[in-house]
Amino acid sequence: MGMKPSPFGTQIPYEEKDLKVVGTNPTARPDAVDKVTGKARYAADINVPGQLIGKVLRSPHAHARIKSIDTSAAEKLQGVKAVITCDDFPDMPVLHAAAGEMIVNFRDVTRTMMAREKALFDGHPVAAVAATSESIAKAALKLIKVDYEVLPHVIDVVEAMQPDAPLLNEEQFTKGVEPAPEKPSNIAARMTSKLGDIEEGFKNADLIVEREFNTKAAHQGYIEPHASLAIYTEGGNAEVWTSTQGHFLIRAQLAKVLEMDVSRVKVTPAELGGGFGGKNSIYLEPLAIVLSKNSGRPVKMVMTRDEVFRASGPTSGTNIIIKIGVTKDGRITAAQAILNYQSGCFPGSSLPLCTPTVFTRYDIENVLVIGNDVVCNRPKVAAYRAPGAPMIAFGVETVMDEIAEELKIDPIEIRLTNAAKEGTQTHFGPKLGPIGYIETLEAAKVHDHLKAPLEPNQGRGIATGFWATLGMETSATLNVNQDGTASFIYGTVDVAGGMRAAYSQIVAEELGIPFENVRAIQSDTSSLGFNFTTAGSRGTAAGSMAAVKASRDAITRMCEVAARIWEVEPDQVVWEDGHARPASANVGDFEPLSIAEIAMKAGFFGGTIAGHAEINVTGGGPGFGTHLIDVEVDRETGAVKVLRYTIIQDAGKAVFPEYVKAQFHGAAVQGIGMALNEEYIYDENGIMENPGFLDYRVPVASDVPYIDTQIVEVPNPNHPYGIRGVGEVPIIPPLAAISNAIYDAVGIRMRDHPMSPPKVLAALDEAAPAAAAE
Amino acid sequence: MKKHHISATINGDEVDFLCETSETLLDVLRDDLNLTGAKEGCGTGDCGACSVTLDGVLVCSCLVLGVEAEGKEIETIEGMADGDELHPLQRKFVEHIALQCGICTPGLLISARSLLEKNPDPTEEEVRFGLAGNLCRCTGYQNIIKAVMDAAQEMRGA
Repeated sequence: MGMKPSPFGTQIPYEEKDLKVVGTNPTARPDAVDKVTGKARYAADINVPGQLIGKVLRSPHAHARIKSIDTSAAEKLQGVKAVITCDDFPDMPVLHAAAGEMIVNFRDVTRTMMAREKALFDGHPVAAVAATSESIAKAALKLIKVDYEVLPHVIDVVEAMQPDAPLLNEEQFTKGVEPAPEKPSNIAARMTSKLGDIEEGFKNADLIVEREFNTKAAHQGYIEPHASLAIYTEGGNAEVWTSTQGHFLIRAQLAKVLEMDVSRVKVTPAELGGGFGGKNSIYLEPLAIVLSKNSGRPVKMVMTRDEVFRASGPTSGTNIIIKIGVTKDGRITAAQAILNYQSGCFPGSSLPLCTPTVFTRYDIENVLVIGNDVVCNRPKVAAYRAPGAPMIAFGVETVMDEIAEELKIDPIEIRLTNAAKEGTQTHFGPKLGPIGYIETLEAAKVHDHLKAPLEPNQGRGIATGFWATLGMETSATLNVNQDGTASFIYGTVDVAGGMRAAYSQIVAEELGIPFENVRAIQSDTSSLGFNFTTAGSRGTAAGSMAAVKASRDAITRMCEVAARIWEVEPDQVVWEDGHARPASANVGDFEPLSIAEIAMKAGFFGGTIAGHAEINVTGGGPGFGTHLIDVEVDRETGAVKVLRYTIIQDAGKAVFPEYVKAQFHGAAVQGIGMALNEEYIYDENGIMENPGFLDYRVPVASDVPYIDTQIVEVPNPNHPYGIRGVGEVPIIPPLAAISNAIYDAVGIRMRDHPMSPPKVLAALDEAAPAAAAE
Repeated sequence: MKKHHISATINGDEVDFLCETSETLLDVLRDDLNLTGAKEGCGTGDCGACSVTLDGVLVCSCLVLGVEAEGKEIETIEGMADGDELHPLQRKFVEHIALQCGICTPGLLISARSLLEKNPDPTEEEVRFGLAGNLCRCTGYQNIIKAVMDAAQEMRGA
């Protein structure tokens, strides 16, 4: 999303057929045994002989000019082998390129990984050291003297937008505003998305509801801190092992900021300990390479949890104003959104990605969306699972609930009345193809969940979500080995094990061989062409398209080999159930050749069998989901307990159904955490107060209920197996669903996130006199 | 910096190591003994990814000093399977898709084993509270709970 699909993209039409492997649940997931025995190797688990330990010195100020840095004492400490600052990196001009789902500017990328003129947030790197031990490296950091001139700072998005707010960049003028502003501003850019005539639409409304929402920044919260190991060799090559969702993007960014040829940088993605959008950018990697270059030794760097929170990307905190107009019968006539998004210390929030999601669940003729991308003294935001969309849904789906109540229409019915369907014109450009939104609502309508009785202080909420599926560059190689097994080499990082299984299932299905005979292997950047990062729910959707293409390519080669063996033409051979067979009785009376027989003879009859895919996938299908939730509100403490949760989502086709459900569970629980507890808290000096899991409280097992899931399958017409992305949609509805359920339980509308006990208690207290009067 | 000579038993093997006073047991396991199954997710005892047992007691190894291991018996994830034979909990985690990225999995397995040693027949609620010290960001815990309940049942029958 947010990026234009290529006109030269690859789509393969959906074919309905009997499936043997796709749609089943493999019992032997390829990554699982290594993970349960502690053998899986994550980036922090990798060590090489002679390695040094690198540590980063970070700004203790939210906003400060760096007047000077004196590293001489640190350099003299015994065991210290290198000390670096921004002077060890070339400055970069303004240059925009895609990184994950976000567009990055290399002027800002180089300043994010190492501060130059100013430190722009608490935790901003200002220097780094490599030493023979961690304790020496830490001691060396204390010897670096930085002379700061502390500047006024701004943390809150609305405050940062005020004309008199402290400026982060005096050279920044708001883009997308006519006439061009003469005064600099923290508003980096204004983005507008329009459809129809918004004023006319509101004129035709019988009821207009306009509400303001505020959400706090939340972190992806992956349990694995960022870790990198770099070796810079005498020949001018760099090799890096790192925790990333997209090693090709990391390579591209490293080559740019270090002014190296792309071919001289090799990046190997280690097993990933969670990313959720937050591991698409370079943080430690360039520092480790330059420390290695300067010391002549391998350098390993691992962030502490404190560093992860303070200096790696959370999602944007936001201020959102939603206005929806409807007729008496609940038909939406116009919808407007103002989205003010923190982008952190540099421009580039998730607005281009989430703007298309604002009203796309509904068929609305008149839409206006205005987004403001606002810098403030926080770490540069990163993508977080459906970047920016949960907060928008918090607004839109809460307003929809309020309208439904006012008009006395059932909340599912009002959504059905307005539901997007095939042919709906979106406000961001394309018309929708076949989608499963209505199917999820219809399934919700008859779900047992709705029949369960509710006690006092318990309430039920519903909300829905939409996210598109990204395609992008995808390369893969399928090697048919001499014994007839297959090695599928993929380059879109498998972030959590499900993709490896799904790829193997697709290849097994295509070749007609058992699942166990296929092994999916993650490539480094040197063994395949460029692959886009694992983002935008593209992993299985796009990667499986490459698996299909590579498999069919290999089948063509195997049919050619069979034709040579039989001395017939290749088009007289067909591939069925893992065997080459004569296309008809007229071709001749040949015994079918198995994949193993062909693979064994292939060397003589033309050479090793391999299939390839080097494509740009454009057939990603949009995904929709509906969530039902029951909560109980404790009127004494303000604590909200989630009692029951139901997720209904269109997966197009679930390749590995139990794993798809597992994705639903995980996303929903992240959403519950975001809704009820998770927030960045800053003190008056702009210092983060809760950079640890004790105070930044993510959900634990006892916080969450049993989650019921239902997979709807409306095939994506542009994918041979009908697959849609599934990973991001289910984090979108929870905030709104919980907010609606709280209202149903105790009659308060929560518009300030998180809906934590103090906020709920305050809202209850405020509502108490009114409640008492009733 | 002068190092301490420590003797301990790890997964049944007698082990000697040298460590600095401030080094944690987790650092010793990972950096000195190459037992990288225990993970550092926070270093402050909040996430449970570094869970091991020390003389049979469940601990966060990031909160124990290496020197405290002197004479103690330590069990880590590397010692959980019996050769190629997975522990029932490990098998059930695989079967129920109780892991995704897997970074929290070793700690959860060690915690779950300790839980079932104390309470072989836990309710779902007891499992949820019993594992509340182990953070997982991928799974939403549901399949973990299922796997532990199922393993408990199998282990009771065995």
